[in-house]
Amino acid sequence: MDDITCAQVRANPDFAELERQRGRLGWTLAIIMLAVYFGFVLLVAFAPGLMGTPVAGVITLGFPLGLFVIVSAIALTGVYVVRANGRFDAMTSRIARANP
Amino acid sequence: MRRLGLAAAALALPGVARAADAAPPAENFTAIAMFGVFVALTLGITYWASRRTRSAADFYAAGGGITGLQNGMAIAGDFMSAASFLGISAMVYTAGFDGLLYSIGFLVGWPIMMFLMAERMRNLGKYSLADVTSYRLSPGPVRTMSAISSLVVVAFYLIAQMVGAGQLIQLLFGLPYAYAVVIVGVLMILYVTLGGMLATTWVQIIKAGLLLLGASYMAVMALAHFGFSLNTMFAAAVAAHAKHAAILTPGLQFKNPISTLSLGVALMFGTAGLPHILMRFFTVRDAKAARTSVFWATSFIGYFYILTFIIGFAAISMVGSNPLYVLATGAVRGGGNMVAIHLAHAVGGDILKGFVSAVAFATILAVVAGLTLAGATAVSHDLYANVFRRGRTTEGTEMRVSRIASVALGVLAIALGLAFEKQNVAYMVGLAFAVAASANFPVLLLNMYWKRLDTKGAVLGGSLGLVSAVALTVLSPGIWVKVLGFHAAIFPYDSPALFSMPLGFLGCYVGSLIGRGRQAEAEAGRFEALYIRSQTGLGAEGAASH
Repeated sequence: MDDITCAQVRANPDFAELERQRGRLGWTLAIIMLAVYFGFVLLVAFAPGLMGTPVAGVITLGFPLGLFVIVSAIALTGVYVVRANGRFDAMTSRIARANP
Repeated sequence: MRRLGLAAAALALPGVARAADAAPPAENFTAIAMFGVFVALTLGITYWASRRTRSAADFYAAGGGITGLQNGMAIAGDFMSAASFLGISAMVYTAGFDGLLYSIGFLVGWPIMMFLMAERMRNLGKYSLADVTSYRLSPGPVRTMSAISSLVVVAFYLIAQMVGAGQLIQLLFGLPYAYAVVIVGVLMILYVTLGGMLATTWVQIIKAGLLLLGASYMAVMALAHFGFSLNTMFAAAVAAHAKHAAILTPGLQFKNPISTLSLGVALMFGTAGLPHILMRFFTVRDAKAARTSVFWATSFIGYFYILTFIIGFAAISMVGSNPLYVLATGAVRGGGNMVAIHLAHAVGGDILKGFVSAVAFATILAVVAGLTLAGATAVSHDLYANVFRRGRTTEGTEMRVSRIASVALGVLAIALGLAFEKQNVAYMVGLAFAVAASANFPVLLLNMYWKRLDTKGAVLGGSLGLVSAVALTVLSPGIWVKVLGFHAAIFPYDSPALFSMPLGFLGCYVGSLIGRGRQAEAEAGRFEALYIRSQTGLGAEGAASH
């Protein structure tokens, strides 16, 4: 890609908006995922007793929390796909049309 | 303790069952027949794929024509290895709750990949991960470095799979170890050299479908046995397991918190640096398909790990208290890895056992094919075409080199599989993930996000990550004590990633900041074009016209 195309894309307000929105969404979701996962790992590593507290019958707290990590991983990727397939792709194709 | 040791070994690779525990296995004809059907089907696909594999883009990237759903299934197939199916269910069987930690660790790398890397990789890449870094850095050094670390990852992964395959197939089918290794090696060479990425992908998709089907059926039947009550299943497990209620609390497997955390780092970030996985992003049409494939992959993998968890816990009572499956000593017949296979027999008799055994064999085959293709790409596309010939070669020659490299890697894999038969290779998959997290991931991420990363920084960071991950693993209990026989480990933790990955990042940072010359500034200058292409896909490699 040459410098002129770069400068044109850079000047496109859609690009600035795409960059801002995708950056914010990507990092927010990444930080949520890291917090959920390492929160879980830290609890397993440093508070095994707490994770072993029974919550329903013999089922201990660790199991619903583990399931929560798995479900959040799927849900967060789902959120990203829905947002990106709609809004981000629309902006990307507008940018592509402006710079054929 | 013995059972725990077994599970740890079982998990780190597909099938380190202790053959010594097993009675001489009888040949399992149901399993062999079903596996024969799978082989016939996949060879048919390979023939079909070979007629469509004409260009380098076809060979390395299936012509860019794989859909998001298909790619998601193939990625899930790479992760649903025999290690995760047999190993994690075996680990849950012996250590209860702690088995969950591995499955969750394998899964959560995917969202991170999606949010920070997948689309950008697709927009920047062509065939190998070095294409992404050499976009703005000096191709010679970064391709060489990336090819070396990719080959190291592939080699360790491959040895673990081949040894596991030999031992597992010996148990499941009653075939001698050497036969099993040679069969896997030869089939894998056929898939890769003839059918390239297209055949490799479809073998993986079919196997993933069969594995999901088999595991779902097993989990539902097992739950039905407990009246669809998780509480009844857990209560039965607590009653049957030698450790009783301790299986519902962390700590049976992972006793050292730092080791646990370090393993978590390796599993999460290693995913984002595995060459055979990252290559799959170049097989889809565009960034949209790349992100769709990550969503499907995450869903399939998450669902699959929930199944293995149910299978492992159900097996504690259904397998563990049945003299048909366990010896009087409490050891599982055929070794710890057989837990899921025994459960298949318990819920579905000989037919299901045969089916699940055949799928386990198919799984190993599909995973080694993907690994070999990634290794061959590093040799032919990076080292030969772009470093050795500096891009002055024809597509035909490059493809010929990659086919030769695939055959050579296949022969090497057979040789290594035979050489390591009696070795303890339990650390090898863990090491592959740690190297991927420490050598590949920092360079890939910083290349896309940090303008000032330059060639010397990338080479220093990648080398430091590679060397420290390997060195710390050698000094860890897994090798220093268990393989080399020393009394105390110099590096006390099982996984090096908590230390080696930051070293990789530090190397990139320090290497880029010191002695910046005109080349470093030119590389920073090319960041803008990389950044815009990674964000918009303008100028990205398109799908080949089929």
